[in-house]
Parts: sequence; structure tokens; C-alpha cells
Amino acid sequence: MIFDFFRNTAGAVRDINQKYAKPHIEMTPWVRFSLGALRFYLLLLVGIMIYKFITLLH
Amino acid sequence: MNILSSFYYRYKKILKTIRLYLIIAGPGIIVMVADNDAGGITTYTATGAQYSFHLIWFLILLGPVAYYVQEMTVRLGAVTKRGHAEAIFHSFGSFWGWFSLLDLVFLDWLTMITEFIGMTAAMSIFGVPPIVTVIVGWILMGTMVLQGRYWTWEKAALVFCGLNLIYIPAALMINPPVDKILHGSFIPQLPPGGFTNALFFLLMANIGTTIAPWMIFFQQSAVVDKGMQEKDMLWGKIDTAVGSLLTVIVAGGCVILTATLLPGQIINDAATAAFRFMPINHYVGALLAIGLFDAGFLGAICISLASSWAFGEVFGWAHSLNHKVKEAPWFYAYYFFDLLLAGTVVLIPRAPLVLITLFVQVIAVTLLPAALVFLILLLNNEETMGEYKNTLFQNIANVGIVVVIIVISTLYGISAIFPKILGG
Repeated sequence: MIFDFFRNTAGAVRDINQKYAKPHIEMTPWVRFSLGALRFYLLLLVGIMIYKFITLLH
Repeated sequence: MNILSSFYYRYKKILKTIRLYLIIAGPGIIVMVADNDAGGITTYTATGAQYSFHLIWFLILLGPVAYYVQEMTVRLGAVTKRGHAEAIFHSFGSFWGWFSLLDLVFLDWLTMITEFIGMTAAMSIFGVPPIVTVIVGWILMGTMVLQGRYWTWEKAALVFCGLNLIYIPAALMINPPVDKILHGSFIPQLPPGGFTNALFFLLMANIGTTIAPWMIFFQQSAVVDKGMQEKDMLWGKIDTAVGSLLTVIVAGGCVILTATLLPGQIINDAATAAFRFMPINHYVGALLAIGLFDAGFLGAICISLASSWAFGEVFGWAHSLNHKVKEAPWFYAYYFFDLLLAGTVVLIPRAPLVLITLFVQVIAVTLLPAALVFLILLLNNEETMGEYKNTLFQNIANVGIVVVIIVISTLYGISAIFPKILGG
């Protein structure tokens, strides 16, 4: 039963990934810039959190 | 006779308008009042105790800020008929979709724990054990959704929104200094001592509590579940404006209470404020405690629904409050799973509740900017929004607000990770 649940969930996730494989919004320069800035911002935040985690361990 | 008939006509017209508003009203008021959740009430009581009436003007300014952000979700939901999670998946693809959904689910769960912390702390003032509060909370929350109608859920939620206004009679009961309140409300000023790090931190906390990621997801999904159309948009906007006014009034009430009764004291949570009110004015203490329970309750039901709607939209489950449990089993299962999990954590002895509260601020920083940026981009997509896309003025206002919120919330989150960065 648990195995079925995980198998069904994995199948559903695969379907969702296929359904939304391509972004439907028009990729204007403004949209590209915003998404790029967002990626940079999130990477920076993750970096800060990892730094904090490492300093906490030490 | 003419005057009488004209008067009667106007009276009927006003009555019809009010009736129509009451039918449409809901998501805007609920999301805005629920925004004053347990964490929000704590922030406002701390603001009043620490800085007296000097920052009421700042809270008033936050009303339009919340309105401008939430108004966009009304337009987006009414036009696209998609919740925010589904809209992100559809427009930006599965990477950003999964990022937003999983971040939202985790953040919502953590935030719900803080709501249960607020509820149990509030009821402990009346001697109610946490386990009783949590179980009663679960039963109430379950009863609200199990009747199978969005309309009934919404009206029940509006009753709890009405209860949130309890801070207004409480503030009136203590005869606060009206001249100081008016001065603090309409003349922008800094408290004595000027712009300190502690003041900056509290201002950031107030902004952080005004706009939360779950609010964007909740209102957009609620607009869709309610079946709001483009023609209803004006009413949806009025609903949101009324809600933002109420949220400011409630925030002001909390500030007035602690500024009058506990000036200069350090308040770490609203339950402490209620506890300290008890010897001064038993009724006011009791009202604050009831209000805190209500704030946590409202927050929990809205946040849990925001997650359930988001999951339902993306996984394609039936995900409407208009469905019975049999028709939407996964939607309700997730709703209850979320509530049960959050409530149970609060009951675990020596659970790291302070750490969880801190973690909420940090995780919110990762999701809020993304949700806001997606909102602006979607509202500028002519293909989807057509005539309802952002105007130049709306873009200037919204982009300005979003940039300020992102900068402030990032600083707030980083100061939660590095408490000494602001000299705290």
C-alpha cells in the first residue's frame, strides 16, 4: 500500500512535469531579467544559510 | 411627494448595493484580518509597549501597501480562474512551480505552528491546558470545512474576523489619550531616541507581518473557489480595501492597548501582554487573550487552506470547499494533515518553538520575493490579463512596493540569521 502510494505520487509528479515542461509566459527581456535576478537572489540566500550552518557547527 | 419617492429610491439603491457587497465580500476581508495573526498581534503589542503611540502613522501607511499587493491577486484570480500556485506552474514552468509549492507548504506548516503557539498561550491565561485548546481548535476548524459549501465557510470565517475587532472595545475601555493617538496617527515622527537598530528591527517586523506569502496564494485561490468573475472585480477590490482598513484598525487597537497600559515594557509575545494586563484591568486582559486565540485560529484556517488549494490545483485534485469530503478526499486529507501536524508539534514537550518562530522569518524571505515577482510579471502579461493588466501607475506603485518589501524582508530574514548584524 505504501509502495503504491509512492509509485502513484511519482507518476503524478512526472505528469505535472510533462504538463508544465514549457513556460507559457512570453520570455521578454524583462521577464528573463526578473527570473535571472530571482535565481541570483535565491542562490545568495542559500549561500548565506549554508555559511551560517557551517559557522554554527564550528 | 417627489422628494419622498427620490429618497425611497436612493434608500433602496443603497440597500441593494450593500446586499450585493455582502454577497461578494469575503476573501479580501478574511485575508486581511487573518493577516493580523498570532505573530502579527505580538508585533503590534511589542510596538506599542516599546514606542508608545509614535509609530501608529507607520501602521496606517502599511494599509495601502497590503491593499496594492492583494488587489493584484483579485484581478489575477478573477481573470485566469487559476490559483497562484497553478498560475506559476503554467506561466513559469515546473522548476519555479515546484520551488514555490514546496516552499509554500513548508513555510505554511511552520507558520501554522506559530498560530497554535499563540492559541495555546492565549487560552493558558484562562487556565485551559494546551491539549484542550488544540483539540477544540481542530474540531472547530474541521466543522468549518466539512459542511461542503464555500459560502458557509466564508461566513463562519467572517464571524471570526468580527471577533478579531475585539481590540477596539478593549482599547476604548482604558480611556486612552486621544490627543496622543491623533498626533501619532497623522504626524509622521520618530520615537524619542531617534532611528536605532531596535526601531529598525521592529519596523521590519511590522512590514514582515503585513505581507506574507500565504496571503497571496490564499486570496487568489479563494477568489477562484468563490467563482468571482471579471464583472465582480470592483467588489473584490472594495472587499480588499475594507479588509486593509480593518487590519490597520486592529493593529492600531493593539498598539493603543500596550502604549497606554504597558509603556516602556519589553513584550516578547502577545500572551505576556495579556497576562500583564490582568492585574491592571482584568477585562482588557481577557479580551486581548480572546483576540489572540482568534488571531491564531483565523491564521491557521487560512494558511492551511492556502496549502490545500495550492496542492489541489497542481496535482489536479478536486479542490473546492464546495465539494463534500467524498468528492475531494485528498484536498481535505491534506487540510487535516496540515492542522494535525502543526497542532501536535506544539504539544511535544520541549519542542524548539522559539527556533521555529525564527525559522518562519528566514524561510519567508525565500518565498516572498519570488511570489511577488511572479505576481508583477503575471499582471503585466497582456495575453493573459488583457484589459486588466497593470496600468503604468499600478506598475510604478506595485514595483515600488515590491522592491521595498523585498529589501526590508531580506534584511529582516538576515537579521534573524545573524542577530548581531543590527547591533541587537
